[in-house]
Amino acid sequence: MEIKSGLPIERTIKPYLIGLALAVVLTAIPFGLVAAGSLPRQTTLIVIAVLAVIQILVHLRFFLHIDFKTTPRENLVALAFAVVLICIMVGGSLWIMFDLYHRMMV
Amino acid sequence: MSSIADMTISPRDAERYEEKDFGFWLYLMSDAVIFACLFATYLVMVGNAAGGPTPKDVFSLERAAAETALLLLSSTTFGVAAVALSAGERGKVLMWLAVTFLLGAGFIVLEFGEFSGMIAEGAGPDRSGFLSAFFTLVGTHGFHVSVGLIWILVMIGQVFFKGLTAPVASRLMRLGLFWHFLDIIWVVIFSVVYLPGLM
Repeated sequence: MEIKSGLPIERTIKPYLIGLALAVVLTAIPFGLVAAGSLPRQTTLIVIAVLAVIQILVHLRFFLHIDFKTTPRENLVALAFAVVLICIMVGGSLWIMFDLYHRMMV
Repeated sequence: MSSIADMTISPRDAERYEEKDFGFWLYLMSDAVIFACLFATYLVMVGNAAGGPTPKDVFSLERAAAETALLLLSSTTFGVAAVALSAGERGKVLMWLAVTFLLGAGFIVLEFGEFSGMIAEGAGPDRSGFLSAFFTLVGTHGFHVSVGLIWILVMIGQVFFKGLTAPVASRLMRLGLFWHFLDIIWVVIFSVVYLPGLM
């Protein structure tokens, strides 16, 4: 995608098709694993989490066209800041609540 | 119809579009933070079924897969509309926006059926902490998709009546960001809510 004059120019649907193909694979694997139920619970959860992170990156790259060349720097900074906030809030909430849970159960 | 590449836009307008895109991007990032809070709440509450239905009792793998497929396909068809927009092909833009709308509407119909079925079975948001958190999280996403559908209708109207002008193209680009963003949230929903719930 090129950006001139504030409007995006997308010449081919190729990135969307690549994104779709990757997303289908990255979705089919975790759904298949849960449907089959053959792997241990812990392993399945880890696979689901890793594939979800990869799929988010695929969506950002091929659907939202985020890259390190054409995307304005301030957009990348805002994205990085949001990722930090999300990690602090989700990680912190779970840490506090499950610590509390274990202390109250013992 | 000239393509977006040949459009002449004054530097001042170009700057305004870039500012709007950045502002919208900041909104999306803060929306992501809201969803992160709802995900954290869900993860804390998911074990608290209060003797009522557990995730395994109320979720369906087939329905979650169908909802995922509809949303992913609609993201791709929006991309096709964006490419048609760059080429200045108004008819194609209208057609692919309509296809995107139908796929998104199909998603909402499935989700509405899921929610009303759960409420009818006594698994409504007032049943347990798990269900309150579930309806808040997935309902907030569904609300966003519904707003996106209204936005698609508005843009179909604008493309139809105003044509592919620079302001319309700029709005369609932001609608695309919104629509693809909702698909990312859905990836996290099926990875955090449906798949672990059905194991």
